[in-house]
Amino acid sequence: MGEKIVKYPDSLTEEERHKYEQIANIIDLYRDKEGNLIQILHLAQQVYGYMPIELQRFIAEQLDKSLSEVSGVVTFYSFFSTKPRGKHTLRVCLGTACYVRGGKKLVEHLQKVLNVELGGTTEDRRFTFEVARCIGACGLAPTIMIDDEVYKQVTIQKLDAILAKYAN
Amino acid sequence: MVNLTINGKKISVPEGTTIMEAASKNGIQIPRLCYLPNIHEVGSCRICVVEVEGAKTLQASCIAKVAEGMVVTTNSPRVRKARKILYQLIISDHAKDCLGCARSQSCELQQLGKTLGVESQYFEGKPQKQHLDKSLAITKDSSKCILCRRCVTICNEIQGVGVINPQNRGFATVIEPAAELPLDSVNCSMCGQCTVVCPVNALKETDGIEQVWDALGNKSKRVVVLTAPAVRVAIAEEFGCEAGTVATGKLVSALRALGFDDVFDTNWAADLTIVEEGTEFLGRIKAALKGGKAVLPMITSCSPGWIKYIEHTFPAQLAHLSTCKSPHMMFGALAKSYYAEKINTAPEDIFVVSVMPCTAKKFEINRPEMQNGGLPNVDAVITTRELAAMINEAGIDFMNLEDSEFDAPLGFSTGAADIFGLTGGVMEAALRTVYELVTGRELPFPNLHVSPLIGLDMVKEASFKIENPLEEYKFLDGLEIRVAVTSGLKGAKQLLRQIEEGLSPYHFIEVMGCPGGCITGGGQPRSTDPDVRVKRMKGLLKEDEGKRIRKSHENPFIISLYEEFLGHPNGSKSHELLHTHYTPRGIYNEYLTKTVGV
Repeated sequence: MGEKIVKYPDSLTEEERHKYEQIANIIDLYRDKEGNLIQILHLAQQVYGYMPIELQRFIAEQLDKSLSEVSGVVTFYSFFSTKPRGKHTLRVCLGTACYVRGGKKLVEHLQKVLNVELGGTTEDRRFTFEVARCIGACGLAPTIMIDDEVYKQVTIQKLDAILAKYAN
Repeated sequence: MVNLTINGKKISVPEGTTIMEAASKNGIQIPRLCYLPNIHEVGSCRICVVEVEGAKTLQASCIAKVAEGMVVTTNSPRVRKARKILYQLIISDHAKDCLGCARSQSCELQQLGKTLGVESQYFEGKPQKQHLDKSLAITKDSSKCILCRRCVTICNEIQGVGVINPQNRGFATVIEPAAELPLDSVNCSMCGQCTVVCPVNALKETDGIEQVWDALGNKSKRVVVLTAPAVRVAIAEEFGCEAGTVATGKLVSALRALGFDDVFDTNWAADLTIVEEGTEFLGRIKAALKGGKAVLPMITSCSPGWIKYIEHTFPAQLAHLSTCKSPHMMFGALAKSYYAEKINTAPEDIFVVSVMPCTAKKFEINRPEMQNGGLPNVDAVITTRELAAMINEAGIDFMNLEDSEFDAPLGFSTGAADIFGLTGGVMEAALRTVYELVTGRELPFPNLHVSPLIGLDMVKEASFKIENPLEEYKFLDGLEIRVAVTSGLKGAKQLLRQIEEGLSPYHFIEVMGCPGGCITGGGQPRSTDPDVRVKRMKGLLKEDEGKRIRKSHENPFIISLYEEFLGHPNGSKSHELLHTHYTPRGIYNEYLTKTVGV
């Protein structure tokens, strides 16, 4: 296989360019592995934060795949986001146990204090706000997760203190 | 051989046979929906499930292979119940406006419901939002889509283009390009193979019928129709005949009955294309041998799906394309000049309608370069399927029509033109003429068929040596001409990559955008016959072999066209009317000055 020429989109900022280069390296690492697309997308999102269509196109070109195939995978998995994401991901569990113990109230409260719809990102890009369908900690209901941290038996009163931890 | 029992009947079939095939060979028809032999065999709809003794779950019979001692039941209560539930789930979010749907009664989903005996709509799904994507050639309605994925397979696996794929998930799933881009804005070749395999009315050609009815109703227009070679061996299927039935005479009569003023033949222009393209080819070879600049291999340019594909995918290789317009565009240019003069009619009063096996032709007629004197060469394109619909709407009893002949002078053609509709045919037709022009002798193949180029393989090649040429072609003496033929865009990609890498050994390449050529073009009748390509191919070969003249350059009406009007092949008038240029687009249309899409 010949040397793949990496063509970066025009008009990238220096920071974006740096991220694209990292992603190009990831693609090279996984290029010959079967079923590599999901892994590459996963790592690319870690680097870039989200999956804008321009980045999907870059990955499609590098892998010699069609854009519609790449975008098909990106839009299928809720893990991937095509919009910019917050610094932290806040997920309120709405599995059965959390739901009946007040998960829904937490959602309503958060929508108000963060001023953001479900699936959206706060204006200051601090949080992306989502719901989870059971995180497997039903005994601790209701739970929320911020990034990889789980908070148990959350109440509206406790929320402010939790959010404050992520002020910076 | 593998021994198994299906519905209590002991049978024996070769290893590797699927349960569905085994059943079918033994007279048991298993209901199916997404399955399409040789194209889509992935078991995505699960309608064809059967019960296999010992297996925990029901098996999709289109992919499950037979095994020794297997005991299969195809219609147990469990199987019948599962199929009905599956069917009800599939229709739960389908727009069920059957009375207002053009596919009603030719809809595979509707027929399946009848077969399965489904009488109720048990599930209420969240209906797909109606999202009509109407491109110049193809119209996509996601509210009708049942997500069977046949179109996805044909676009990605068979054609290797990959313009459409499932996006999103669950009830939000739609089959479309990335980022909700419309088909017109992406690298769709408009080949229309997706419209042929769609079981419902989610993918179809963009309507051309209304425009044609309007023209026929307009007394001030002289409406000229022409039909492509592949139409005559397929149209009868729309009226219940077997695939490959040759119905040229009835087709001509039907067009006359519809009220067209002149019924002409694209074949006539195909003969002209051969003379122009053959001359162009010899010119390029001559230039190359004499050390001049010439781009070889030269590639045919008759197939507009192929043209759009190369413009997107290999924009740096456009100089390989012959500059010849496709036959019906040549026809249109001459109908509004040469023929207009002959009948003393103003070109703007002539309305040219092409009946084509093709959807990409609908795109082609809208290209800005496909006009002369401010008039489009061709005004409307309808597919074979659309013509059949018009014949039905007009109440014409197609099967009981008398045969009749095309009008003169633009209706006479040679056998070489008939095979234009078939993979390998343009090449063979060109070689019949080029070889004879160069050597003065007939092409040295039995019955004028270049046997290695006949057939349905993806890539075919042939070579022959020029010996004892005529005096003016002495420079070709001893040259071994190498040609290749491919149909389907996957094969085209293979040959173009070779060119890109500078490794192509060929002088001349024929590419047709659809696998098998125009006989199985995107506008042809939807067939369930697995041998449809072979049957239509035989139909066209029969037409060719039945003709008195079988070499394009011997067509007397082409000879007189040059004498009366064009002068000589590749002359200045030809260049003005019959030749064209191409547009580099890029996969993302990035080479177009006005950027569309991503």
